[in-house]
Amino acid sequence: MKRWQRILLYLAVAYVVLLLGPIAGFDLPRIVGAIAQSPEVLIQQLLVGLINGAIIAIIALGYTLVYGIIELINFAHGDLYMLGAFASLTVINLFGLEDGASLATAIVPMLLALVIAGLFCGGLNLLTERYAYRPLRNSSRLAPLISAIGVSFIFQNLGLFWGGLKSFIPGMGNNAAAPKTFPDLLPRTDLLQALGIQTSVAFTVKDLVVLVVAAVLMVGLHLFVQYTRPGKAMRATAQNPMAARIMGINVDQIIALTFVLGGILAGSAGLLVALYNNTVVFTMGFTAGLRAFTAAVLGGIGNIIGAMLGGVLIGVLSALSDQYLSSRWTNAWVFAVLVIILAFRPGGLLGENVQEKV
Amino acid sequence: MLKKLQNSRTFVTGMPRVGLSRLALALWVASLCASCASSGSSPNAGASPAAGTTASGSTDSSTLKIVSSLPMTGSSLGQTQTIINGIKQALDETNSAACDGKIKLEYEPLDDATAAAGKWDPAQETANANQAAADPNIVAYIGTYNSGAAKLAIPILNQADVVMVSPANTYPGLTKPGKGEPNEPNIYYPKNTRNFARVVPADDLQGVAAANWAKSLGAKRVYILDDQELYGKGIADIFDQTAKKIGLEVLGHEGIDAKAADYKALMTKIKALNPDLIYFGGITQNNAGQLIKDARNVGMTNDKVKIMGPDGTFEQALIDAAGKDAEGYYATFGGVPGKELTGAGKTWYENYKTKYNAEPEAYASYGYEAAKVVVNGINQVCKNDRAAIRDAVMGTKDFKGLLGTWSFDANGDTSLGTMSGNVVKDGKFQFVSVIKAQ
Repeated sequence: MKRWQRILLYLAVAYVVLLLGPIAGFDLPRIVGAIAQSPEVLIQQLLVGLINGAIIAIIALGYTLVYGIIELINFAHGDLYMLGAFASLTVINLFGLEDGASLATAIVPMLLALVIAGLFCGGLNLLTERYAYRPLRNSSRLAPLISAIGVSFIFQNLGLFWGGLKSFIPGMGNNAAAPKTFPDLLPRTDLLQALGIQTSVAFTVKDLVVLVVAAVLMVGLHLFVQYTRPGKAMRATAQNPMAARIMGINVDQIIALTFVLGGILAGSAGLLVALYNNTVVFTMGFTAGLRAFTAAVLGGIGNIIGAMLGGVLIGVLSALSDQYLSSRWTNAWVFAVLVIILAFRPGGLLGENVQEKV
Repeated sequence: MLKKLQNSRTFVTGMPRVGLSRLALALWVASLCASCASSGSSPNAGASPAAGTTASGSTDSSTLKIVSSLPMTGSSLGQTQTIINGIKQALDETNSAACDGKIKLEYEPLDDATAAAGKWDPAQETANANQAAADPNIVAYIGTYNSGAAKLAIPILNQADVVMVSPANTYPGLTKPGKGEPNEPNIYYPKNTRNFARVVPADDLQGVAAANWAKSLGAKRVYILDDQELYGKGIADIFDQTAKKIGLEVLGHEGIDAKAADYKALMTKIKALNPDLIYFGGITQNNAGQLIKDARNVGMTNDKVKIMGPDGTFEQALIDAAGKDAEGYYATFGGVPGKELTGAGKTWYENYKTKYNAEPEAYASYGYEAAKVVVNGINQVCKNDRAAIRDAVMGTKDFKGLLGTWSFDANGDTSLGTMSGNVVKDGKFQFVSVIKAQ
């Protein structure tokens, strides 16, 4: 880093600290007091943050996978996840499920929705790679990026169109752009109370399902990349595509595979978020995408573990800010932390581990 | 040059760390641009501001035009459609003519929302107002739905002498001195004449009424949220002041991020404070549905914690968005729903239902009333004279409308002040009672 760049970065950090510091600083005694008074609230918020963070992390994995292999920020990924949510809503609707349907009747449609949303998004991502990114692979870095923003607009409008199909899909409501209600299928039963633990902390079946599914997806991806032959080929391609090609790896195929994987993750995330928040709307991809992208950069983009860490960090940070500061400031805090971390570790928290030469 | 080309050809890896962070920064800017482009795109944004094209006096065209500017894209459409129906109904009753048929009236509904924004869009509203100012045949502007949009449209139309009648703007600062920001409302009227009137009671009445209603429903501890917009924050502030005055305990008041995916952390915090009622100042399109869902999600059931909002959430779209969690949601409304009207209002309601074969939403009657007032003004002038029509409409006195007999005061506010309280029951808003603002 050049000297003036470093100075500029430190100035930015100082600015952020001066801007936001007093807000937290003056409040510190109050915050400490509040934590001491009811530690249970802190635990509850950590849980909420962890679950929200897990959801952000799954979406962040899609950014990180694609960046890791072709150094492209796939801006369409957030909107792909939105389409995954729409696909799940459609499947659930075709089964005619409504709020409070018993788990026994809902389990098969939910699994089917997971498969269909995954396949749909995987396929869509494959097509996107083939027609929007591959032709631009050898051009300047900016070209595929702009292409990605274009794809994101196409996806958003596809979502808007989908939301207007009320004559075919009953759950689409009265209006294309309005938020759609996703049936509340996971029980809100409190696990801790069911176990007989006397506490005000709530941890429902719904929370557990989200955590478990998120964990399974993340561990599964990690194992796939670390221990399978295609996973090894992916890592080899990420390290040096020319060398990988010489070693007999079909680089085009591996890149396509990466996009399919990213799509499947986006589809699963779509279903998961829809089940958790019970809302599907065509603009949901943009906000979620921004947060997930932040998480990926925070953890060190290109690094799978980093994306998970970044997601959870952002989730917990927002929850704590909502609780102890004002929700007005939550976004400011998240991005302040991002700026500060990037100033001292430009590669992100775990960025050093990427692209080591063997 | 050659070296540069080769560099760009290697499409993978090898980027130093610094480049990475710089790239991240550049992408931020790019993503922000994408978002502003998506919310700012509008076909007519470049229409020339026509402050000078005052069509004063004697063009003597026998066709005059009325436009409305309301959000027709996004989830406000359901509400808007019934307002437009109300306007059309009023014009149909006069056979789209005024002054004993000498003047023909044309009506065109404009859209001030864009699909990308999902709600009203500042660029689009400005474009609509400029379009109205530039067309000499347009003599009246019915709208807007959102108070923030009115802020943009009023000054443009003020300079062009076009009268603006709103069926739905309730932000007090638009007309009333001392009820909004210090320099309001004068900043909206550069010509020092008033051209904006509204047929709905303003929020300084509605916020007070809501707080009174909350108290009469048995609430003692309230938590207040707003969507950080002009309308939402304004009404939440008035609720806040009134609540303290009438002895409710205000546990907190903060703004929400209207684009957040969920509000579980916020609702967890509120739950720990143990309120009886959460008041949300805002509109459906700013995530009111998700807010209600998450309140119920963290365990604030509707028998323990009531949730109440203003007329910006008094529409079917809210129930669609919140699903079964909307059950038991309270909404105040600056007037009485069409179904509950009596006398002339009842006749109107029956006519509306026969004509459109549908239930009018909350503001349909105000759309009708606004159009009637405009036609009444044109009838007094009988020529294409914007300034005269403006003065005639602004001077409306003892008007026998379907909401009763009322007048505009010097500020352009209606003299009516009847409010109603409504609750969601079996997936529909149902009228509970008439509430008083005092």
